[in-house]
Amino acid sequence: MPLLEVEDLRVAYGKIEAVKGISFTVEAGQVVTLIGTNGAGKTTTLRTLSGLLKPLAGKITFDGEVINDIGAHKIVAKGIAHSPEGRRIFPRLTITENLQLGAFLRKDAAGIQEDIERAYTLFPILGERRSQAAGTLSGGEQQMLAMGRALMSRPKLLMLDEPSMGLSPIMMQKIMETITELKSQGTTILLVEQNAQAALSLADHGHVMEIGTIALSGTGQELMHDESVRKAYLGED
Amino acid sequence: MNDLPQQLASGLILGAMYGLIAIGYTMVYGIVQLINFAHGEIVMFGAFGGLTAWLMLPKGTSLMLALPLMLVLAVGVSVLVGIGAERFAYRPLRNAPRLAPLITAIGLSIMLQQLIWSFYPDAKKARTFPQFSGESVHLLGANVQRGELFLLIAAPVCMIALGFFVAKTRTGRAMQATSQDPDTAKLMGINTDRIIVTAFAIGAAFGGVAAVAYGLKYGQIDFKIGFILGLKAFTAAVLGGIGNIYGAMVGGLVLGLAESLATAYIELIPGMELFGGGAWKNVWAFVLLILVLLVRPQGLLGERIADRA
Repeated sequence: MPLLEVEDLRVAYGKIEAVKGISFTVEAGQVVTLIGTNGAGKTTTLRTLSGLLKPLAGKITFDGEVINDIGAHKIVAKGIAHSPEGRRIFPRLTITENLQLGAFLRKDAAGIQEDIERAYTLFPILGERRSQAAGTLSGGEQQMLAMGRALMSRPKLLMLDEPSMGLSPIMMQKIMETITELKSQGTTILLVEQNAQAALSLADHGHVMEIGTIALSGTGQELMHDESVRKAYLGED
Repeated sequence: MNDLPQQLASGLILGAMYGLIAIGYTMVYGIVQLINFAHGEIVMFGAFGGLTAWLMLPKGTSLMLALPLMLVLAVGVSVLVGIGAERFAYRPLRNAPRLAPLITAIGLSIMLQQLIWSFYPDAKKARTFPQFSGESVHLLGANVQRGELFLLIAAPVCMIALGFFVAKTRTGRAMQATSQDPDTAKLMGINTDRIIVTAFAIGAAFGGVAAVAYGLKYGQIDFKIGFILGLKAFTAAVLGGIGNIYGAMVGGLVLGLAESLATAYIELIPGMELFGGGAWKNVWAFVLLILVLLVRPQGLLGERIADRA
């Protein structure tokens, strides 16, 4: 049984349907990526999975439980953590406080402290600046914080929305290396990216989204070598 | 000018009361970006709650003994009205255009005033609020009424408690997160609906304390007191930087001092003889607001909008 199963999911903003019936699964331990252009419905899909948007129709099953109608604040308790588009760190709280909020529902103080130290090992720059307001960090550092914060709930599924957006090439590479490292530790990841090359190269499975539908699916390698994908998303002609 | 200590004391006392009420505006605004214009009426309900407690007690009860019960009832009534307003007036409009909750707030104000006017016994005219008897207290060169002493104790206690709550408790941390980014706060597992109710409840509770302080200070209350109190406290909240709890208290104190000092001393300035005295105090309060906003649109302790992104 897959960890996450999305069946015929439809999501609308008012009368405009942004996601028009998509289905896909994520197996435990896999990295699955959704790629596609702006407005394809990738972010909408993630925001629906984490409960910020209500689906119009369809079924979302996570860890054997239908989670369609669960409020956003209860989803994280089920084991889904969402690192949102644009990073969305809490700018006027310190880095440590941001990480603590990621563990908001956990009660094990010792375990939380341990995980904060682990985040500082994964991202040493955050450890050096732990008492600074998070708003003072650079874009790449904020991305690290957003990912670290999402990991603080010890999720079964980590959803990353555009982790490389707006970052310098060096910082982008660092973020992708981190995702690879998380993958090797067995973290299940649903990755939304515009940087299709980077996403496909580390994904087990990929889905190409086009205006609210899944146009093409395959393993990361298959999609990377697919003619139409290469033309549309990898900048080759 | 030899009554300066007296004027400073009056200003601080008045300002502490404005500050306590301003907390209600600023907390709600900080979380949901809504100006709860019915907050003055929530305070007014608290005052009638306090009065009711006093009237329920046997005649001859000492005010000192009655005060805790009056506070409990005042705070209780204010909190109930505050939570009710959130649940039934504002929550259904959470995603409506901003004008809708604003108009609702004004409607709610009128409704709350009319409820007291219509149903509270003898509330069509002012009702007497119990007073501490005895000499006023001499404090640093100023005479402070016994009823005003309550405010000088209650305001700092409330502020310290709130500062501790916001900075040190789990709910306080969740409150900060919700005010900075409500959607992301939900992703952390924070029940933002509950946080919003908490913000309304805390603001209303402070209003209840201020209501009892008002009654003790002025000796009478009526169904209209919420209007000007609310307007002044809102001014204090904006002056201090709306959304910032310390700003609310600072704004209140600055406003109280400005009113008190302008009332006493403006007429001493050559050419300003006509503008002194109590009749002009509201004018000076709003002149101060305009001047501060011209120089610091974000208020005394407010962040610039750019810092919030």
